[in-house]
Amino acid sequence: MIAIIDYKMGNLRSVKNALSKLGAEYTVTDDPAAIIAADKVLLPGVGYAAQAMANLRERGLVEVIRGLRQPVLGICIGMQVLCRYSEEGDTPCLDVFDTDVRLFKAQEGLKVPHMGWNSISNLDSKLFKGVDEGSYVYFVHSYRPGLCQDTIATSNHGGLFSAALKYENFYGTQFHPEKSGDVGERILSNFLAL
Amino acid sequence: MVAKRIIPCLDVNEGRTVKGINFVSLRDVGDPVELGAHYAREGADELVYLDISATHEGRHTFTKLVERIASHINIPFTVGGGISTMEDAERLLDAGADKISVNSAAIANPAIIDQLASRYGCQFVVSAIDAKLTEGGRWLATTHGGRRLTDKELFAWAHEVQERGAGEILLTSMEHDGVRQGYPCDLYADLCSQLSIPVIASGGAGSIQDIADVLTKGKADAALAASIFHYGTYKISEVKKALAEQGINVRI
Repeated sequence: MIAIIDYKMGNLRSVKNALSKLGAEYTVTDDPAAIIAADKVLLPGVGYAAQAMANLRERGLVEVIRGLRQPVLGICIGMQVLCRYSEEGDTPCLDVFDTDVRLFKAQEGLKVPHMGWNSISNLDSKLFKGVDEGSYVYFVHSYRPGLCQDTIATSNHGGLFSAALKYENFYGTQFHPEKSGDVGERILSNFLAL
Repeated sequence: MVAKRIIPCLDVNEGRTVKGINFVSLRDVGDPVELGAHYAREGADELVYLDISATHEGRHTFTKLVERIASHINIPFTVGGGISTMEDAERLLDAGADKISVNSAAIANPAIIDQLASRYGCQFVVSAIDAKLTEGGRWLATTHGGRRLTDKELFAWAHEVQERGAGEILLTSMEHDGVRQGYPCDLYADLCSQLSIPVIASGGAGSIQDIADVLTKGKADAALAASIFHYGTYKISEVKKALAEQGINVRI
């Protein structure tokens, strides 16, 4: 059973649809016991990082998530809150991944939000089994995690940033695998197979 | 680098795709889900579904359809047509749409853009603008498929929707739409260099070179087209391959 953590950060429908398509059983929950008991945990979400952290605290989930031992996948804001700190609302985060999340620096011709299909490189994890270097995935975000020792994929938008991170049993993707066509499906099914 | 996007637009009337022929591989080109899935397999980067139903039942059917699209299509899709209230937007987002496009509603009530962006995030809000060149060389926003001129000057209006929180602009030139003689590249280049949000060029594609031109000379971030895909003039895969050969960054 997969637990999708529901902490009121955006629509979960596309994540649920993607799991259904892959034949995975899931439950949508904010109950600590159900999350701890799950085989795998998904932390999705879109929105504002400081709000995401407030919602996790309100539900008593900060220590619960940090203590998880099964595979955990954070997507988009769910990945960002697994980092040390986010500039978006100046908030400390869960401090799993060894990097901070910062706004894309304004520069000539750089569109923010970073929205659309971009390629991922330096793929270095079982999460990307069967995924070619340079494959395109779908991003929508204005803040991005920096490079660090936990980086398992990079992308470039006015400079390199972490497109995916891993620390022990924790994984995170800045892009949306649930919206990234066949490549995204492959990444999700790799996560389910961990 | 973010890839330039190719976006087919599907018109839906009472739950059925209106255009679309020459797809022998499809059982039912009238089924918007099947046609959308076909385009996704061919390499479409996103899809736009435009509800042109005139009836209440038609709009209800469209919401049901959006749920089916969301569960079968694994790329982002935008829905538009007849969205005039926050409730309309919410209903479609709950059904699974990734983005919604607003046009006349925003002209009548620009604050709807602020409300949508603050509640759902700017990435949800596509501001569609149908512009027409008027005497004296001014481009004005129009409604009702170009039949009604508004007092909104295109550039001022585009800046305003960006300030209000629109995540993208979908700009159609009513002079070029449906004529298949290419997009007004100078107009797009002017607008794209002034704005910080992406601009999708819509209406006018008659050839692959037209699309290439609007993505390079026109600096557009994406090109939306209907007829050339629906009538099978070009396959999306063929278009993207040709763009890549010209050195344009596309997802293949």
